[in-house]
Amino acid sequence: MPAFCRDCLSVTEPASRCAACGGRRVLAHPELFSLSIAHMDCDAFYASVEKRDDPELADKPVIIGGGRRGVVSTACYIARIRGVHSAMPMFQALKLCPDAVVIKPRMDAYAEASRAIRAMMDELTPAVEPLSLDEAFMDLGGTARLHGAPPAVMLARLVRRMKDELGLTGSIGLSHNKFLAKVASDLDKPRGFSVIGVADTADFLRDRPVRLIWGIGPAGQAALERAGIRSFADLLRWERTALQARFGAMGDRLWHVARGEDRRRVSAHEPVKSISNETTFFEDTGDPDILDGHLWRMAEKVSDRAKARGLAGRVVMLKLKRADHSLLSRRTGLRDATQTADRLYRTARALFDQVGGQGPYRLLGVGLSDLCAQAEADKSGDLLDPGAARRSQAERATDAIRKRFGADAIMKGRALR
Amino acid sequence: MKISIERGALLKAVSQAQSVVERRNTIPILANVLIEAEGDHVQFRATDLDIEVVDRAPAQVERAGATTVAATTLHEIVRKLPDGALVSLSADNATGRLAVAAGRSHFSLATLPREDFPVMASSEYQSSFAAQAVVLRRLFDKSKFAISTEETRYYLNGVYMHVADAEGGKVLRCVATDGHRLARIDADLPAGAAGMPGVIVPRKTVGELRKLLEDDEAEIAVSVSETKVRFATPEITLTSKVIDGTFPDYTRVIPQGNAKRLEVDAAEFAQAVDRVATVSSERSRAVKLQLEDDRLVLSVNAPDSGAAEEELAVAYGDERLEIGFNAKYLLEIASQVDRENAVFLFNSSGDPTLMREGNDQSAVYVVMPMRV
Repeated sequence: MPAFCRDCLSVTEPASRCAACGGRRVLAHPELFSLSIAHMDCDAFYASVEKRDDPELADKPVIIGGGRRGVVSTACYIARIRGVHSAMPMFQALKLCPDAVVIKPRMDAYAEASRAIRAMMDELTPAVEPLSLDEAFMDLGGTARLHGAPPAVMLARLVRRMKDELGLTGSIGLSHNKFLAKVASDLDKPRGFSVIGVADTADFLRDRPVRLIWGIGPAGQAALERAGIRSFADLLRWERTALQARFGAMGDRLWHVARGEDRRRVSAHEPVKSISNETTFFEDTGDPDILDGHLWRMAEKVSDRAKARGLAGRVVMLKLKRADHSLLSRRTGLRDATQTADRLYRTARALFDQVGGQGPYRLLGVGLSDLCAQAEADKSGDLLDPGAARRSQAERATDAIRKRFGADAIMKGRALR
Repeated sequence: MKISIERGALLKAVSQAQSVVERRNTIPILANVLIEAEGDHVQFRATDLDIEVVDRAPAQVERAGATTVAATTLHEIVRKLPDGALVSLSADNATGRLAVAAGRSHFSLATLPREDFPVMASSEYQSSFAAQAVVLRRLFDKSKFAISTEETRYYLNGVYMHVADAEGGKVLRCVATDGHRLARIDADLPAGAAGMPGVIVPRKTVGELRKLLEDDEAEIAVSVSETKVRFATPEITLTSKVIDGTFPDYTRVIPQGNAKRLEVDAAEFAQAVDRVATVSSERSRAVKLQLEDDRLVLSVNAPDSGAAEEELAVAYGDERLEIGFNAKYLLEIASQVDRENAVFLFNSSGDPTLMREGNDQSAVYVVMPMRV
């Protein structure tokens, strides 16, 4: 049976200890060297970045999340042992783990780490499909000859490099399609490497719950449960036509997934559909000045991201969440696409003026969609706003200054509110 | 209620009414038309709560009364009836149905009680005057293309009708703009209009109004208040709320000092613009104008799909200029010109451009250039 050591990467015989280095992490599987679809998921990514950057945190429970009132976005493994998990309200997390160090997310640092990991993945294959900052699919099919090693070994090398060069760990799922690769990466976290082969797929799935299926949330689970479907075995009993009749387009996908089939390709070029940014406040607020400050900062962030990608958009979106979590969202189209913070802000501000008085709010977000290339954007001025051209020039100048001297080198007074 | 009416008269009255009715309604009665018969005529009333139209037609009224019925259904039925048919409408109070009969065709339509039909509150009009249909038609037809559809600047979603000072004295003026182009159309001030408050007539009202203005010689009775405007012919009364907002100060948008003058045959110009724009698949097709020594070169360069160029002989004697515009905007303003040459006045490639017909100051258009 093919096997290799995850520590020294030498191909060996299946054994409890590696013959070369004596390490205990020998991975063996009949299909180990023929599978090529992988999912890489970083372990407690945000928390790991924080621990790496501040060694004093190493043995402390660390929770990343927005303030006292927010929710947990990531908990380190020490905090997880105490029962903290992501999406848990912060007060509840602190009840379980009162000594936790709570850190506000530093998205810039995470994005930086993510870029470094992405660069390493790009060396393995051109087919890298990121799902978020800390996870991605990779298709290493046909790369064995190029690398002189099968995909499994290259993946083990990737996580070893991540550990050595970036101080971050990740778990790998290796299988024959995206669905199973994603399921596999979650089986043995942290620092896991799990393989689901073609031959063991049916056995593996049989007794697992259907919530494993990516895209089945609580509502989908409830719908399946009403049909008496909890496990994959339940799902297998259904005829394809019956699933289609009951669940529509999803039914067909369920039928395939039940058999461990997933034909979606690992696509490196999933086009971006929208760019958005939102913030949950430390305290609910209806103060128009404070909200205006948030509106500007969100518009600026979205604009920065659009500029970084060379994109612009024709639809501006505003999202507001009231104190009772009810959601207000508004959108409006522009004749002339934009990527400037100024136009984004002014358009979002006009939307805000239509609904704004219904606060207090706990969250505000700004987004840009119906995207196009930046060359098509901001081509014509506004007759009724003769100052727009000057403000746009000022923004370009500001961008140039920031590029040279850092993001804080120059900012609008509005951003300080 | 029981009436007989000629199909043609009925169709005309019902079409005007049903076009006001919104296709998607959350309030069922707003999908209906209110039919009221009395004396020797019948009237059809429809509303979307912002606009109300009342259309009168002569009819043989056997039994006076009123009911409401689905406007689109009634319209469809009448439309499909043969020309010249005599149509009878009779409301059966016992069954709550309206029977529609013509020749051998019989229909029975569900009704809703007339009491539930919202009738727009009458209001005090500060100003009333009479204007010829042809005058109003020019004012609105030449300005409506520039009405904005942007919801955030709702005060641009209509035509600003007001009294303004022009060179020859006071005029009745219509202005519309969407921030990219602007139309300013003047007409002689009708007697009695001097005290009229300026109002923003909503886009939909402008569309409905157009149907009252087909007959050149017709006299339209116009009544204006701060909140409502009414246009009436002997048969049709169109009442509309006006947009509650302040129209921006457009006078500072209209360039005064543009010195570079291009004169061109509007039809030739429009055709050339249309031709070169064909190669661009972009939604906002940019056309570049290069001007030098009585020569205009129009060009489009779309890296993905191709390039086009066309040269026109024009009158241009100023310094060389290159300027870009959205092709659609250029076509729209060029198509407003129908008697003389189009005169464009430019400043620079970044400044608004002015267009008018010959030296006629009563119709002025402004268009914002586009980066090319």
